[in-house]
Amino acid sequence: MPEDAANTVKITTQNFGNPDAKKIATYERLGGYKSLRKAVKMKHEEVIEEVKQANLRGRGGAGFPAGVKWGFVPKDAQTVYLVVNFDEGEPGTFKDKTLVNWDPHRLVEGACIAGYAIRAHHVFVYIRGELVQEARILEEAIEEAYGRGYLGRSMAGGSWAMEMVVHRGAGAYICGEETSLLNSLEGRRGWPRLKPPFPAIKGLFAQPTIVNNVETLMNVPTILEKGGTWFAEQGVEKDGGTRCIAVSGHVKLPGVYEVPVGINLKTIIHEVAGGMRGAAKVKAVIPGGSSTPVLTADEIDVPYASQAMAESDKIRPVEVYPGQLFDAGFPGGAPLRSMPGSGAIVVMEKGTDMVAVCARLMRFYAHESCGQCTPCREGTGWMARVCTRVAEGKGKPGDVDLMAHIADGIGNKTICPLGDAAVWPMLGFLTKFRKEFEERIGKRS
Amino acid sequence: MPLAFSAESQDKIKKILGRYPNKMAACLPLLYVAQEEFGHISPDAMDLVAQTLELPPSHVFGVATFYTMFNKEKVGTYHVQACTNVSCMLCGGYDVLGRLRTKLGIKPGETTKDGLFTLGEVECLAYCGTAPAVQINDEIHELVSPDKVDELIDELKARA
Repeated sequence: MPEDAANTVKITTQNFGNPDAKKIATYERLGGYKSLRKAVKMKHEEVIEEVKQANLRGRGGAGFPAGVKWGFVPKDAQTVYLVVNFDEGEPGTFKDKTLVNWDPHRLVEGACIAGYAIRAHHVFVYIRGELVQEARILEEAIEEAYGRGYLGRSMAGGSWAMEMVVHRGAGAYICGEETSLLNSLEGRRGWPRLKPPFPAIKGLFAQPTIVNNVETLMNVPTILEKGGTWFAEQGVEKDGGTRCIAVSGHVKLPGVYEVPVGINLKTIIHEVAGGMRGAAKVKAVIPGGSSTPVLTADEIDVPYASQAMAESDKIRPVEVYPGQLFDAGFPGGAPLRSMPGSGAIVVMEKGTDMVAVCARLMRFYAHESCGQCTPCREGTGWMARVCTRVAEGKGKPGDVDLMAHIADGIGNKTICPLGDAAVWPMLGFLTKFRKEFEERIGKRS
Repeated sequence: MPLAFSAESQDKIKKILGRYPNKMAACLPLLYVAQEEFGHISPDAMDLVAQTLELPPSHVFGVATFYTMFNKEKVGTYHVQACTNVSCMLCGGYDVLGRLRTKLGIKPGETTKDGLFTLGEVECLAYCGTAPAVQINDEIHELVSPDKVDELIDELKARA
C-alpha cells in the first residue's frame, strides 16, 4: 500500500508482515503482554476509565463506545463473562480474520485486559465455524499464553484468575448478532433475544456479559501502553484510534488496511486500494458491509466516518418509493444515508449488473434469516424470490414497488437487526438504481 | 443401531465438558465430535449427543438442524463449497461454481456416484480480498479460477 495514502500510526496491524509475530516469544520481544502486566496492577475501574478516555468505539458495526459498555456491568455482580465476537460473517468483511491470522496474541492480550476490567474470570471466543485455520492459530496462542502465565490462576503474575476458551460456531450468520451468539454459546439455536435485558445485565448463562468485537479488543493493549488520551488524539471527535477496513471487488489491491478514521472514501478506493482494476470506472460502492445502503460513484467523496456519512448532503437518503423517505427509526426521524458499518468496502465497476448483485444479497438474507419472527422470515424470502425473477428477466410489472412494499413491511419491525440488514440494501439498490430494475422488467414486454 | 462414542471421542468430550458451567453449552462442540467420528449427524448421532448431555433429543435435533455446518446427510470424501456471495460473485464466483458443476457432473447439494465429492454453494467465507474462494473440507482455496478448479479436482481424484 502506498504509505502516504494511509498516513497513519499502526495499532492493530503493527505486526502485519511479520510471520513470527504469531509466536509468543516474538510478540513479547515486540512489547507484547507489557500492557497486561500493567493492567493487573491497576484497579478495575482505572482500566475502564482509560478506555473511556480513548473514545474506543466498537468495530463490529454498531460503533458503541467500548468503555461505556464495560461500565454497564453491575458492580456487585458475582459471575461476569467476556465474550469475543469473532463470528465475522457480514459479506465483504474479512478484517478480523486477517488480524488474527497475523497477530493472535494481540487479541488474547486485549481480551485478558478487557476481562480484568469488567471483573470476568472467563473469556469465551466465539469464532465462525468456517474459520478452521484461525481457530487453530488462536488455540495455539492461548495455549502459549497459559504456558507463560498470562492465563490461568494468576494472570500475568497478579492475583486475578482468567480462563479463555475458543468456541466454534457452525455456520449461521445470525450468530454475529450478540444475543443469538449468546444463545448459540449456551448450546441452543441461534435465535436473538429481546432487549432489554441487555447482555451487560443478563447475558451468557443469565450472568452479566460483555460482548466485544475482535478488532475492538486488539486496540486495548495499545490504549494501556500509550494512554487513552493519546489514542483519542489519533481519531476524530468521539471516535478514537484508527480503523481497519477490508476492501474487495473490482479494485487493484483488495485487502485489509489500517486507516485514519474519517479518511475520504474516494482516497481509500483510488489510493489505498490502488484504484480500479483495468481502466474501469466506479459504478457503485457498498461502504460498510452488505447491509449498508449502496452508494453511486457520485456519492463517494465523503469522509469514512459514522456521523459524516449519516449527515452528508452528498449521499442521497434511502427512499421507499420515489419522493417518500424510508423511516429507519432513527432519533428525530433522521433519514437513512449510509455508514462505515463493519469496515467492509465492496467496489463495483461500470457494467456490473446491479439487479443481479441485489438479488444475490437478498438470497443471502433469506438463507440466513433465523425464522423466529414473521416479518423477516417471510419477507426476506419474498424479496429474494421477486428480486431473483427480476434479475433473470422474468419480472412482472409492479415488481419494483412490490419489493419496496415488502421491505417497508420488515424495516424496523423485527426482534433483531437482520430484518433491517436486508431492507437497507434492498431499498438502497432501488433508490440508487431504480431505472436498472425498471428496464429489466420493461424488456420482458 | 444405537451409536457409541469411541474412547478417543470420550476423552475429547470429557475435556470439553470441563470448559462450560453446564452440559447444554457443550451441544455444538459435541455435535462436531460426533460429525468427526461418524461422518455426518444422523438421527442416531443426535440421540447419542442428547443422551451424553442429558438433553431432550428434540433439543439436539433443533440445534443440529439450525446450523448449516452439521451435515444431516452423508457427504462425499471431499466437501467442495464455492462462495458466490457479493465479493466472490464480482470476481467470477459463479464461473467457478459453473465449472465445478460441469467438472463433477452434479448440482449443488448432490454427491458424485463414487461418493468422492459433494458440491455446495456457500455464503461469505471472509476471503473477499482473495476472491473467489472455494472451501474443500477444512481448507480454503483463494483466487480460484475455472482452470484452477480443474487442477484442484484432478489432484483430489489422483489422491483418492
